[in-house]
Amino acid sequence: MSSPILRHAGAATLAAFLAGTAPAALFAATPPDTLVMADAIDDIITFDPQESFELSTGNALNNIYDGLIELDPIEDGKLIPGLAESWSLAEDGVTYTFKMKSGITFSSGNPVRAEDAAFSLKRAVKLDKNPAFILNQFGFTKDNVDDKIKADGDTLTLVTDKPYAPSFLYNCLTATVGNVVDEKEVMSHEVDGDMGNEWLRMNSAGAGAYTLKSWKPKESYFLQAREGYWRGDAKLKRVFMRHIPEQATNRLLLENGDIDISREMGPVDIAGVEGNPDITVQESPGGQLYYLGLNQKVDAFKNPKVLDAIRWSIDYEGLASTLLKGQWTVHQAFVPTGFLGADNDTPYKLDIAKAKELMKESGVEDLSTSIVVRNVQERMDIAQSLQNTFGQAGIKVELKVGDGAEGLGIYRARQHEITLQTWGPDYPDPNTNASTFAENPGNKDEDKNTGYLAWRNSYDPGDMKAQAQAAVVEKDTDKRAAMYMALQKEYMMNAPIIVMFQQAQQDALRADVKDWHTGGATGNAAYWLVTK
Amino acid sequence: MTDAAYQPPSRIVGLLRQSGGLVLTLAITLLGLMLVTFVIARVVPIDPVLTVVGERATTAQYDAARAAMGLDDPLWQQFAIYVWNTLHGDLGSSLRTKLPVLGEIARYLPATLELATLATIIGVLVGVPAGVLAATRPGTWADQIVRVVGLVGYSVPIFWLGLIGLLVFYGKLGWVGGPGRLDANYSMMLEFDITQYTGMILIDTALNGRWDMFVNALSHIALPAILLGYTSLAYISRMTRSFMMNELGQEYITTARVKGMPERRVIWVHAMRNVLVPLITVIALSYAYLLEGSVLTETIFAWPGLGRYITDALFANDMPAVIGGTVVVGTLFVTLNLVSDVLYRLVDPRAR
Repeated sequence: MSSPILRHAGAATLAAFLAGTAPAALFAATPPDTLVMADAIDDIITFDPQESFELSTGNALNNIYDGLIELDPIEDGKLIPGLAESWSLAEDGVTYTFKMKSGITFSSGNPVRAEDAAFSLKRAVKLDKNPAFILNQFGFTKDNVDDKIKADGDTLTLVTDKPYAPSFLYNCLTATVGNVVDEKEVMSHEVDGDMGNEWLRMNSAGAGAYTLKSWKPKESYFLQAREGYWRGDAKLKRVFMRHIPEQATNRLLLENGDIDISREMGPVDIAGVEGNPDITVQESPGGQLYYLGLNQKVDAFKNPKVLDAIRWSIDYEGLASTLLKGQWTVHQAFVPTGFLGADNDTPYKLDIAKAKELMKESGVEDLSTSIVVRNVQERMDIAQSLQNTFGQAGIKVELKVGDGAEGLGIYRARQHEITLQTWGPDYPDPNTNASTFAENPGNKDEDKNTGYLAWRNSYDPGDMKAQAQAAVVEKDTDKRAAMYMALQKEYMMNAPIIVMFQQAQQDALRADVKDWHTGGATGNAAYWLVTK
Repeated sequence: MTDAAYQPPSRIVGLLRQSGGLVLTLAITLLGLMLVTFVIARVVPIDPVLTVVGERATTAQYDAARAAMGLDDPLWQQFAIYVWNTLHGDLGSSLRTKLPVLGEIARYLPATLELATLATIIGVLVGVPAGVLAATRPGTWADQIVRVVGLVGYSVPIFWLGLIGLLVFYGKLGWVGGPGRLDANYSMMLEFDITQYTGMILIDTALNGRWDMFVNALSHIALPAILLGYTSLAYISRMTRSFMMNELGQEYITTARVKGMPERRVIWVHAMRNVLVPLITVIALSYAYLLEGSVLTETIFAWPGLGRYITDALFANDMPAVIGGTVVVGTLFVTLNLVSDVLYRLVDPRAR
């Protein structure tokens, strides 16, 4: 009786199913002129280069805009000319001059002028969004920036408040905030004195290889190649970036050829595609660091022997070769590999006997403490390993697990004992980390220097602060690098902020994708070089 | 005659009274929902200011942002402002993207609506006949199969089914499209080549006459819709079976059978009319459940739906987006209940 109905219903479902399924295979490959990528891009909140401070946007904007000076997309960390042809520092040590290249146009067709470069840098200072501090370090304020940054003909002049290491300024100019926007185009969209910010959040006005065609928050963005890019037109006409945070989904899409590059595959799925002739895995360092912050309000953590015992109770190699395989490498200095002056020495390893001995020498008995940790798998894995090895060394640990923002709130209020955190550099210069790790302008609670990791851990770095400040004004780049090396060594052995790992980015590519450059720890990805 | 002249106004007044009562219930429910969500958002130990200013912010920047967000005002005042704005169609702006929450939801809702509707259609088309089949043949192999299929639908985690489904039908067999609503090339066409009337791709591509794109969209929605339809089917078939068995034990069914009425008519006309009354509520609830957004399914299938929107917002501490999303889902839920109430009255004269 009901079987005919069942049959009909079944047939209808099957028909609908088959109607949808049959042609799917026909469209499996990505379009030949389009680079299709998957990544977690929900961090993007704006495409305005003078507002953006997020990793995903940094990659996109690197392909939409150019700056005065840039990082070589192929050789990580090397400075190359961007829109400026040459630059120099005057005898006074504070006046920098940039000579602009001629004949370059924005995507609007407007010529790139020194005025545009000056406008962009001043715009960053005046908008005063998150990345403004990168330029404000050189003494620029909303009130003085019109006098300090000036354009004259094809020359841009920039005057800092005091002499700094030239490499410091040049590195800072390569950051996303230093990208040059098309003044005429941007200002034609100005509303209520916002310098075009509202418009530029979802549009583009750059001299780069691509233009922003559309952005759907937490879903995707499209870039369209422009004609007449001064470095030569992009090889692929379009870039389609999809927000796919799920790792297994990334792998499936890549294996089926529905994406060209996955930037979001975990160690399990990376291992899973090994041996697949259609897929290659490319590794590059990232800038993020994992560290332990030990609050100096806890008496035991002021004891150097206890700190040393903790340094010897961490299973660096074990974690890096298992749970964090391919995603993080052992790194114990606060300047990431790839940056000027990075110390790649890793003197500490797991040595429980030594840690026990140090605990005995410290005179601290039955130490019991807690680690504030964010409730995500990777961090929980690390925290549990620490709990285990610290326990073997005689340090009892309780894990205080919570949401990321909750943990950050506790950390910024200096209410933690130990916290497991990550830190990423703000701009491609060692000072970005030296200043926050080794400087603390005032260590009292009411000073509220929340931007400094040293302050958050109630740590007064003593004379290391002077060393960091000396390095940032050292004109000789080699000497400057050596100063950071020495500072990191001292810090590693004394500070209660213990760096453990540096990020390693693993991208999985279809085998036909060539010339994929991620920019390493300091830079951003170059889409315009990719071929397939 | 007098009766006939008297009755219609009474029915209209009655209906109006009932409708008024329903609308009042709707308003009170929504206000309650807003209050609860608002209070939860304020008491959770998550700092919305940090979401806006970021980890590097100085205390001065932090304090300025806090004041600008109105978080220093008394709680009741914040709530009153929120209700007032909501009534004027302003759900605030997302802390992350700084875009109006209503606009963002308008972008995510159609994807969920499309998926949930298709899943419910599958659930009803298969679930109701399966339930009837099981009820009319209790204890037989047909009943057992429906029971086992229902049990699996209930108990197997949807993300596992989703991953396995993708692996087999997309990864190995290539029968369906992969995660996402369209292939890459069609995604670009959708953006620039066609007019989007509803945001629901199947409808928009059909209205534009882009049947190639329609077929591609169907290949992408087929698997998640069938999977969600399956969980919905499991529930609907179980409930149909139980309702139908209850009805088939009634005396009017025996009477109909004794009178020699064909079994098909007994079941599908006489019994089904009474089964429909509670079944409408079951289907409406199941539909509403799917409209809330199936976070896991949406995550695995990279489906830009409402569930994922709200969950992402929650993880990013974007409270205006969370509250806005919850209010919209709540409104949908209450509205569906209202619709099922009205349908209920249409089907069952006693409820009028």
